[in-house]
Amino acid sequence: MALAVRTSKAGFAKWRAWAPLAVLAGLCILVSLFNSNFLTVSNSLRLLNTAAIPLVLSMGATFIILMGSIDLSVEGVIAVTAVTVSLLVANDLTGYDYGLWAVPVAIIAGGLLGLLNGVLHVRLKTPSFMTTLGVGFAGVGIATAMLGGQTVRISDQTFRALSLGRVGGVPMAIWIALSAVIVAYIIQERTRIGRWVYAIGTDETTARQAGIPIERTRILIFSLAGLFYGLGGVLSAAQFGQGHALISQGRLFTTVTAVVVGGTSLSGGVGSVLNSVVGVLIVVVLANGMVLMGVEPYIQQGVQGLLIIVAVALSLDRSRLDVVK
Amino acid sequence: MLPALEMKGISKSFPGVKALDSVSFSAATGEVVGLIGENGAGKSTLLKILNGVYKPDAGSIAIDGRNVEIRSARDAFNKGIAMVFQEQSVISSLTIAENIFLGREEEFLRFGLISKARMNEAAAQELEKVRLKIHPGTLAADLSFSDRQMVEIAKALSLDTRIKRDVTILLDEPTSVLEKKEVAMLFDIVRELKQRASIVFISHRLDEVLEICDRIYVMRDGRVVHESPAANADVHTLHQQMVGRQLQHEYYREEKQAQPSATIALKVDKLSKAGIFQDVSFDLHQGEVLGIAGVIGSGREALARCLAGYEKVDGGTLHMGGKAVRLATAHDAVGRGIGFVPSERKVEGLITPFTVAENMTLACLSKFTSGGIISGAKESAIAKDWIAKLGIKTPSTKTMVVSLSGGNQQKVVLAKWRIAGVKILILDHPTRGIDVGAKEDVYSLVREMTAQGLAVILLGDTLDEVIGLSSRILVMKDGVVNASFNAPAGGKPAQLEIIQHMM
Repeated sequence: MALAVRTSKAGFAKWRAWAPLAVLAGLCILVSLFNSNFLTVSNSLRLLNTAAIPLVLSMGATFIILMGSIDLSVEGVIAVTAVTVSLLVANDLTGYDYGLWAVPVAIIAGGLLGLLNGVLHVRLKTPSFMTTLGVGFAGVGIATAMLGGQTVRISDQTFRALSLGRVGGVPMAIWIALSAVIVAYIIQERTRIGRWVYAIGTDETTARQAGIPIERTRILIFSLAGLFYGLGGVLSAAQFGQGHALISQGRLFTTVTAVVVGGTSLSGGVGSVLNSVVGVLIVVVLANGMVLMGVEPYIQQGVQGLLIIVAVALSLDRSRLDVVK
Repeated sequence: MLPALEMKGISKSFPGVKALDSVSFSAATGEVVGLIGENGAGKSTLLKILNGVYKPDAGSIAIDGRNVEIRSARDAFNKGIAMVFQEQSVISSLTIAENIFLGREEEFLRFGLISKARMNEAAAQELEKVRLKIHPGTLAADLSFSDRQMVEIAKALSLDTRIKRDVTILLDEPTSVLEKKEVAMLFDIVRELKQRASIVFISHRLDEVLEICDRIYVMRDGRVVHESPAANADVHTLHQQMVGRQLQHEYYREEKQAQPSATIALKVDKLSKAGIFQDVSFDLHQGEVLGIAGVIGSGREALARCLAGYEKVDGGTLHMGGKAVRLATAHDAVGRGIGFVPSERKVEGLITPFTVAENMTLACLSKFTSGGIISGAKESAIAKDWIAKLGIKTPSTKTMVVSLSGGNQQKVVLAKWRIAGVKILILDHPTRGIDVGAKEDVYSLVREMTAQGLAVILLGDTLDEVIGLSSRILVMKDGVVNASFNAPAGGKPAQLEIIQHMM
């Protein structure tokens, strides 16, 4: 076949692989030119702290997108898990006080919602887009119903230390996010399911011929993503010291943007959890930079919206696209 | 000695076609068995049954004398059958080692984690078998096509180290992307391997089949029509066996074959698409059926798609009515009066959830609208007209095309282009998967259209069909036009003459 075309494109592909990192570096330089406070230790820590929850969420979403699917249930899963954990630690609504034992319960609840996503998507053969949109919407509803529309305040300080506590001067949230990245990276690089995600995302027919259990892998990956969102929900509750259904507002947009801006292809098979780390940092630095530069909030939102469209436009391999839906 | 692999009385039907009709086939350890036949003869179906992709409707498969059922590709592998696919099945986002052991990573797991070092080491061993000196950690995307093919073969050979008993390796056109030197090397590997394995070798290149095989099966129309030791065969007789029946000029309505007019409908000059076809030139006359013959990889499919605006060319010019034209999109082509009847009827030819009438008017909907509103009355009137003209068997104009038979669906596609008033029609395997009666109808329609001055480019389902229908035949091989034959009514070239230029 067209060998010459392929090799000439390889150069562009290599350039594209480094583009997100270059964008991040350029952005940092730009912002620090405007504001000398940007590159200080304290602002960097504040940045990373803001990045912690998006990082955890994007780890789960990356696997889904690598597989060529999409997961729009992020906000619903966070809402359910954040409310669940808030009700199980010492709080002003229920008499429970399970302390840190509430954390695995909430994370598993996230995993179960992911499992539901996966099972519905695979068994009913509904597109992941619609399935997860439905499950996410239902999730927000469940969280609202659990609290009857109220807000629950958390009084358990040990639990809140998961986000606010410091180890070696660095907030716990950052350490937890870092661990999530390492776990995700190991899954991606060193486990069968990690390989299979790439295989399915690149060429599902070939993957099936190789004997990969496609359906089981899909369900497992959606569950895995649910676990990461569950952890994100726990961190959200710990950070804000409260649980309510709207705690997750805006998280879906940031997560998908971060994964795509990081260079993971929406068509599947191309990308990495490390790309998403860069993607999250780009989104967070941009937001932080615009605040430091005194940009109006509404304009900030517009810029972020543009960012995701530009990122998708740049990352698409148009030669592979015949039909765009 | 028992054959390592034996198939008895295997039949397989798809809607409208009997792909395999009571095929028996065997391969013994120490033997290279050749399998040849024209496109559509049933070779690929046979292989897909062996690889667990399809289940046979009837017949039995035995391995080492015991009857088995092959449920999936993985199952086939565990039973000692590995296949090198014709379409490359290397996953570009994985490394060589990951591709070789895809789906079989268990042996490298420790505490659930894959040991990349051990996997690469094992892959290096397999790569040695195909004499590929590339690090197993290299991404498949960075490999050349021939190297990918070698990785593919290494993947199949990895069976040999992992399964204790004798194995069967199926090679489906493994040489089509290889250079001469690489083919020679592959044959060395095959000769070495056959000490411990039975090998099934499928190729369009008959000289290669004669060189490497011990025994040869010839398939035609879903049946094994000939079987002999390679020592007793020669290229000429194999060709005859593959092609089989004599020309049937009545079948192809030869007496109605129109004399092409002198007017040129489309002038193609030095058309090229990098790596696919080069410098293709020809004049297409009004009233002419121009057949293009060639095997898979000859570039004829891509050429047809380029002329229909489905794919882009890299060079060359097109002239219609003396003016240079560009066909960058299907929209351009349709605007110039070029219609395309694709081989994938259900994917590209029809919108399956639409009705007969809606499909017929799709290419020129503006003729049936007033003020942007589609007139259902006009639409159904013209649809009724064409249903009668083409003898389409459908309960009404409002029937979903998906419920029609293949032959009637194809007539709907043809009606669509006639309604749109095209001047050139490109037929890509117009009779694939439709029954004999419907085929004859399609042939009649082609004769009618050319009598009215339409020009037709035909990529036939069989060579027989190309010769029978065409007034002129271009033969393509490896992306270039290799030969050209006039095929007037009553003076058709012989199949053998043409095949010689195809392979």
